[in-house]
Amino acid sequence: MAKMTLEELRKLRDQKKSDIQKRDIEGKDTQIIIGMGTCGIAAGAKGVLDTFLSELDARQLANVSVTQTGCMGLCYVEPTVEVISPNMPPVIYGKVDAAVAKKIVDEHVIGNKMVSDHVFDRPSADIIQDGGK
Amino acid sequence: MAFRNYILVCGGTACESTKANDIFEALIAESKAQGVGDEVQIVKTGCFGFCEQGPIVKILPEDSFYVQVTPADAQELIAEHVIKGREVKRLLYNKEGSRKHAKVEDIEFYQKQFRIVLRNCGFIDPENIDEYIARDGYGALEKVLFEMSDEDVINELKVSNLRGRGGAGFPTWMKWNFTRNAVADQKYIVVNADEGDPGAYMDRSTLEGDPHSVLEAMTIAGKTVGADQGYIYIRAEYPLAIHRLEVAMKQAREYGLLGKNILDSGFDFDIEIRLGAGAFVCGEETALLESIAGHRGMPIPRPPFPAVKGLWGKPTVINNVETWANIPVILLKGGAWFDQIGTADSRGTKVFALTGKIRNSGLVEVPMGTTLREIIYDIGGGIANGKKFKAVQTGGPSGGVITEEHLDTPIDFGSLTKLGSMMGSGGMIVMDEDDCIVDVAKFYLNFTVDESCGKCAPCRIGGRSLANLLEKITSGKGELADLDQMVEIGEAMKKASLCALGQTAPNPILSSLHFFRDEYLAHVVDHTCPAGSCKNLISYFIIPDKCIGCTACARKCPTSAISGERREVHLIDQEACIKCGICYETCKFGAIEIR
Repeated sequence: MAKMTLEELRKLRDQKKSDIQKRDIEGKDTQIIIGMGTCGIAAGAKGVLDTFLSELDARQLANVSVTQTGCMGLCYVEPTVEVISPNMPPVIYGKVDAAVAKKIVDEHVIGNKMVSDHVFDRPSADIIQDGGK
Repeated sequence: MAFRNYILVCGGTACESTKANDIFEALIAESKAQGVGDEVQIVKTGCFGFCEQGPIVKILPEDSFYVQVTPADAQELIAEHVIKGREVKRLLYNKEGSRKHAKVEDIEFYQKQFRIVLRNCGFIDPENIDEYIARDGYGALEKVLFEMSDEDVINELKVSNLRGRGGAGFPTWMKWNFTRNAVADQKYIVVNADEGDPGAYMDRSTLEGDPHSVLEAMTIAGKTVGADQGYIYIRAEYPLAIHRLEVAMKQAREYGLLGKNILDSGFDFDIEIRLGAGAFVCGEETALLESIAGHRGMPIPRPPFPAVKGLWGKPTVINNVETWANIPVILLKGGAWFDQIGTADSRGTKVFALTGKIRNSGLVEVPMGTTLREIIYDIGGGIANGKKFKAVQTGGPSGGVITEEHLDTPIDFGSLTKLGSMMGSGGMIVMDEDDCIVDVAKFYLNFTVDESCGKCAPCRIGGRSLANLLEKITSGKGELADLDQMVEIGEAMKKASLCALGQTAPNPILSSLHFFRDEYLAHVVDHTCPAGSCKNLISYFIIPDKCIGCTACARKCPTSAISGERREVHLIDQEACIKCGICYETCKFGAIEIR
């Protein structure tokens, strides 16, 4: 790169900052945990992971980290995803695909509203308004 | 671009020497082979500080802290952690054998630390300027070039109360201001990276992990005091730090952050590296400047101080690496922010290299005012192998010993000096009950005698005389009068030596004589060594009641000094015994005693 001016340096910093913030775990209050057991991967968890990463990127949500875990034990509804965010109970979603992943980002992470159709195991079914599935 | 995982591999010298580079390459190869090459970012960072457990690999965002990793583990880390989201439990750090301490925040070693100097160490790739810039790098330089006046910069440093981290603790703003006010056609900026204390590697790790922080600070100083040339004086035996500095300087020049007309501001500044040959005395600032100028590395009397008459007789700001690394943060966050951290006497943090008989060796950065007990027991995990704490040596060969009763002293420049030791550059060597205090004093003194440049008589002759007396004492020929004579010589050296090397060389003896006089007395009066380490004062004997005649010791003895039939009591031939102690360590029945 050629020599920079002040403006160019600032522009470069802004651009690189969002990259390095994704690496930093400080200041992230919301966690999306994806079950990547053999069952999860077979059911398409990898695609779900990619969708979450690109959706968060597109919406520039710097406070969310996407982590992986092994099988959560709900192999009948894979792929499973747990979302832990402030002001919300920890929720485990099942049968998540790319479309549901987008919905989780929009409704749960941004809108603070559960995607009730896909709640399994936690929180218990009786507190979900429409009974859960 | 978002990655599913960020894999940080420690690229400090300590971890590199245990194959961190191979691990790095293996992780890259494995991630490609397993089809996730584009989905993970693998970064070689600076030192994580927890060198005891190296090589270290940290995987984000799970924040899994993998220790003692080998290149062969790369396959499993990618297959299990990255692809299947399962932590590789056998590699996670644990304290007591259960592999449950997965996250960095759960590790005691890191809990009391506060990182300013090492802010980027172990997080960014030091060979990529973009990552430094992304962490607000060169933001302070921007402010200095375009927003702040030179007075503002000096004033911000004054408010921060930053004191030099090289040992003496001189207020940094005053140094800068002397040079700024000096009238000269040429001024210089110098980094003292001639780190030579035994066991100290704070500066090396800072330069290896975050070289741009020092380059940025030098440029800031150049602008503030009116210098256009800087020098980094670093030991040739720090090849990795030198390499990273060279890479950083090249990148900074390409970006126009170093060289002519920096960021179009009209300000010129450039930096050159000068390699030292490893003489301890060249860490002394006047000797260092002599060495840069191509002369023999010997101190010259002060005043005049380098701030007014330094390199080639020109006004020169010379600061230690750690001091420099603090500067950009202070200017970004403000002097008042820095002034809140630490104690009234000393603001900010201090990096220590914790070594010796400690469980968690490594590099720690704590706020000033942290107690020695917190560093040694909470961060350091206490003494290794369940032995008893004896003393801690701070300030390297210029410092002194500090005992159990003073462990709760909050550390700052003043408190350590009051205890007869000093902050020094930050070496901290922990001793246990097996260490003979006289022997330790002898070790440090021999170091300073070797490293004395010989220019002034108090250091040259005094040091040698002290070494002779200590040799006499540890070989069992000491007399009571020797102790007083050592104090007399030591006090004279303190007063009359030309530079800090000679002035502080007697400190290990004087402070250990003060705190451990009994142990010296045991050597000169009873001619014994209570710690069992001075070979001329001890003998090994077999306790007949305990010896079962297993022959284990006899088989291991390198000089065949142990005789005896199977199932009969053995005997050590004192004439043949070289006191290596192997029999003592070999015996499973505690049948060997040291007298």
